[in-house]
Amino acid sequence: MSIDKDTAAKVAKLARIRIEDDALPGLAQEFNDILGFIEQLNEVDVEGIEPMTSVTPMRLKRREDVVTEGGMTDRVLSNAPDAREGFFAVPKVVE
Amino acid sequence: MADLNKLTIAEARNALRKGDVTSIELTEACLTQIEGAGALNAFVHDTSDLAREQAAAADARVKAGDAPDLCGIPLGIKDLFCTKGVPSQAASGILEGFRPEYESTVTQNLFDAGAVMLGKLNMDEFAMGSSNETSVYGNVVNPWKVDARELTPGGSSGGSAAAVAADLCLGATGTDTGGSIRQPAAFTGITGIKPTYGRCSRWGIVAFASSLDQAGPMARTVRDCAIMLEAMCGHDPKDSTSADLPVPDFEAMLSGDIKGKVIGIPREYRMDGMPQEIETLWADGTAMLKDAGAEIRDISLPHTKYALPAYYVIAPAEASSNLARYDGVRYGHRSHLEQGDGITEMYEKTRAEGFGDEVKRRVMVGTYVLSAGFYDAYYNRARKVRTLIKRDFEQVFDAGVDAILTPATPSSAFGLGEMANADPVQMYLNDVFTVTVNLAGLPSISVPAGLDKQGLPLGLQLIGRPWEEGDLLNTAYALEQAAGFVAKPEKWW
Repeated sequence: MSIDKDTAAKVAKLARIRIEDDALPGLAQEFNDILGFIEQLNEVDVEGIEPMTSVTPMRLKRREDVVTEGGMTDRVLSNAPDAREGFFAVPKVVE
Repeated sequence: MADLNKLTIAEARNALRKGDVTSIELTEACLTQIEGAGALNAFVHDTSDLAREQAAAADARVKAGDAPDLCGIPLGIKDLFCTKGVPSQAASGILEGFRPEYESTVTQNLFDAGAVMLGKLNMDEFAMGSSNETSVYGNVVNPWKVDARELTPGGSSGGSAAAVAADLCLGATGTDTGGSIRQPAAFTGITGIKPTYGRCSRWGIVAFASSLDQAGPMARTVRDCAIMLEAMCGHDPKDSTSADLPVPDFEAMLSGDIKGKVIGIPREYRMDGMPQEIETLWADGTAMLKDAGAEIRDISLPHTKYALPAYYVIAPAEASSNLARYDGVRYGHRSHLEQGDGITEMYEKTRAEGFGDEVKRRVMVGTYVLSAGFYDAYYNRARKVRTLIKRDFEQVFDAGVDAILTPATPSSAFGLGEMANADPVQMYLNDVFTVTVNLAGLPSISVPAGLDKQGLPLGLQLIGRPWEEGDLLNTAYALEQAAGFVAKPEKWW
């Protein structure tokens, strides 16, 4: 399976990373190098093997579905590039 | 006392308790060394004011007779740990200016034990790298040098490794997703342990691959690692994968007695083209453990070869998901927007500017392997192979093996920039001996065991049973005593 320029562009779009057109062929080549390396996994017989979901056998703890910490809008917003009136601010989303 | 910055943690603790030295003196000695070590580029955020405050508080605690082992000990903290009010950037441009409103559980545990934070340490961006060349702060330089070349300290915890090896601090925190504690420890002649997955809380540590990431200590001796590890671990309700198990007194378990222990030597770790020096080191280490009374057993871990390709599916997949949060909305960098740019342009430009090349590459590889049509072929297959890798270890441990001995790295430290033109896979091969352990969630330690013919340090890796860090540390202690590694880099910085 070989990745071409268009596939590289599509992946970049899905990842929300802007890649200039002239960088796409190089990127596609890097993907091919990495995926070529990953192809080795096809040699392994995985018939009947469960995909790992948890590396150590543990049961996730349950807790009451309640607010444990809250009421700190200022601290939550303190690192925002743009915050106004208690909200994160972003460019207009709805026309 | 002379050269306070060169003390081990255990020596400093004992001197503090005896009243021979104060934390302020230790801290000032380290701060002076840090100031003179700019050429190593290990420390990237100065917290000397905080360090002096913490040292004074620690001295008061020592005086009051309430001094845990780490009380007053000056440490460096990897930039991946969120530290309250202190820049925490994961060495990425996308977190420029970020000052967390909270403290990571591991650093909080260390501070509760009285430890002093000297500053934040350089690393590969988002812990993605094996040479500390992907950092927004620039490369870290290994204090070890054999010619005019500047060498890599390894990565991703390269700043931690360089700082400990150069005696800028008594110990440092690291994190290990595929070898990021053990490989740099080996490259710099220090000791580093990655505990069992779940031992250390991941809360407040910037996430790379959540099912693989673990924090651990990097220090000059096995004993110092035992002391630091005990303070770092413990159950934390804020991390759902944190283990609710008691933390033993690891230091008390260091007897050096390994009589009757079974040490496995996995044949699959004897790689084609492995340098003779690594072979020799491994054979020497095996002989040392045998002389100490251990039984040596040849073992097989048949899926070893597939660990690295499985890792390079699973880790990028998890990274692409974890790093989706860097969108220019809540923290860090936001791109300057042109008239008419909408939210998609904001995301795409912000991430293009904020992430470095290796991070972009991994996020996109992860996006690809998780995308519709490829999820089963790549991601699910890799998770099945991961099950098999873990099973290999389980079978060996069930057959009575107590620990496994392997080389830590396939070579000694290489020159900065030497891998610049290699394809990314060449760099990934650095983690060939360490990455299996993360996939299986096991504890593992790198111990310096000798020098190569150039005079650069080499490490051996011991892998233990899950949750048996105490036993693993004891085996490492026996190896450390037998190897008698005392070499230090000559100061040139």
